[in-house]
Amino acid sequence: MSASPAAVLAASHGLSVSGARPGPGAYARQLWARRHFITALAAARQSALYSGARLGQLWQVLTPLLNAAVYFLVFGMLLGAGHGVPDYIPFLCTGVFVFTFTQSAAMSGARSLTDNLGLVRALHFPRASLPLAATLLQLRQLMLALGVLALVLVADGVPVTSRWLLAVPALVLQSVFNAGLALALARVGARTTDFAQLLPFLLRTWMYLSGIFYDLSKITAGAPHPLVRLLETNPALIYVSLMRYALIDTVTGARLPPHVWPLALIWATVAAGAGYAFFWSSEEEYGRG
Amino acid sequence: MAESSAERAAADSGTARQQPPLAVPASAVPAAGSDPAAVPDAGPEPAAGSDQAAPDVSRVPTVVVDDLHVIYRIYGTGTGHGNATAALRRMLLRQGSPNVTTVHAVRGVTFTAYRGEAIGIIGSNGSGKSTLLKAIAGLLPADRGRVYTDGQPSLLGVNAALMNDLTGGTNVLLGGLAMGMSQEEIHSRYQDIVDFSGINEKDDFISLPMRTYSSGMAARLRFSIAAAKNHDVLMIDEALATGDRAFQKRSEERIRELRKEAGTVFLVSHNNTSIRDTCDRVLWIERGELLMDGPTDEVVQAYEDHGGR
Repeated sequence: MSASPAAVLAASHGLSVSGARPGPGAYARQLWARRHFITALAAARQSALYSGARLGQLWQVLTPLLNAAVYFLVFGMLLGAGHGVPDYIPFLCTGVFVFTFTQSAAMSGARSLTDNLGLVRALHFPRASLPLAATLLQLRQLMLALGVLALVLVADGVPVTSRWLLAVPALVLQSVFNAGLALALARVGARTTDFAQLLPFLLRTWMYLSGIFYDLSKITAGAPHPLVRLLETNPALIYVSLMRYALIDTVTGARLPPHVWPLALIWATVAAGAGYAFFWSSEEEYGRG
Repeated sequence: MAESSAERAAADSGTARQQPPLAVPASAVPAAGSDPAAVPDAGPEPAAGSDQAAPDVSRVPTVVVDDLHVIYRIYGTGTGHGNATAALRRMLLRQGSPNVTTVHAVRGVTFTAYRGEAIGIIGSNGSGKSTLLKAIAGLLPADRGRVYTDGQPSLLGVNAALMNDLTGGTNVLLGGLAMGMSQEEIHSRYQDIVDFSGINEKDDFISLPMRTYSSGMAARLRFSIAAAKNHDVLMIDEALATGDRAFQKRSEERIRELRKEAGTVFLVSHNNTSIRDTCDRVLWIERGELLMDGPTDEVVQAYEDHGGR
């Protein structure tokens, strides 16, 4: 098929096809150029989060505390999951807060495009800004929760050691993993609106498999070895375990899943790379219809 | 913009192919317009390119629309039993997605827009004007044909909500950042944007959430944000209709400025006065087809004679 006169005219003046998707490298540069948009969007969303409630921003601290209290009541006192787990309250709170980060990043990532359809249809910007801003918002929420957690740990008598510094690389790796997850789920959520209804159930199942309320090694003591290995490569378990190891002195290296740091790095790299590629390959489709 | 309308029409007729009305006196146009069959189909057109063997080098094309077809696929139409058992039965009995309706909204539109032009798009409701703009902006996929643009066109429509739960001020900041302005640029232009919108004339509305705004106020703020940046191609879909007269005057002035800054402006409106005040060229779309493309006076006159307001 020969080029039409219009195509020739367009080519001679260097016009590009409207709505075409840039290459992955160019897309990353566009995203970097929008970094202030991403941070400002996350900050604005956070400040608007509890604007309807009378206690306002206090809920940002109260929510994780109440969450931990409910889980302590159910699992620690009623079900007795804490028997034999030293420092159960710090163990539980760390698990809940760290898993909530992944969980809410996944949820808000999946909804990030459909919730901002007006913005997507009004203005042109790299759409990946939205799931990334959603992840950043959840990271900011986690920072508040970690402040609460530090108080809980100290109140419980957990010593502050230099090992707490390990929380930083653990958190960075988890954030990268969450960003990749949010990107991938954003594409799925934008295409299949049913997905947002299903996701909470998937995430809850994931939470119960990740040893948030109990010590997974106690449950899997008699299980076949390959199954235990599979459960121990669960990224949520890995990031939760790393944070517990960093913050709680009684969680020793022996209680960590094997190869925990390499696995944390691999999961972060794979999730970020695959999530980015998956999201990018549909960039020109978002907001249509 | 010193060209006479006759020169412009002559130059335009060479680049677009589906606009026979320009070849005939304007008075003969309504007859052609009322009968879509009089519009030749978009078959091979060897003459189109050769007519303009030596294109005017002073005119730089910014948007080239080449035989564009847009087809909407609408899900969830059909029999409206909206309960769970009906949904389950549909899934069990019929594979695939049964309730899809297609609407052929734009049928083979071809034209070229040049730097510094303000182009009005007119036509009755549902004629495909907004769809055409969305396709040019790259927000809707072309089913056939292509749209070539210089840079990224920006579409500004009435329904283009920003973030309703955030304040007007935050929307100015986020909108500017999303458009790719730097933080310093936004801070230096923030007051201009707010003043231009006139949001704060009555009270300190800019610090209230956008959901508290009237539709006119929200439309004004959106236009002010989008107009703050110099766009290569700016498309305005009925955005000025909701503003009051004073704001419309300011907007028309700003559109003229944007054109001087070597941009191209598209304006969809049902207000022919607004089109006459702002545009020097008009496209008349009806049933997804380009009926007429030419100088504002001729096309709007033909449209009005045909029965458009």
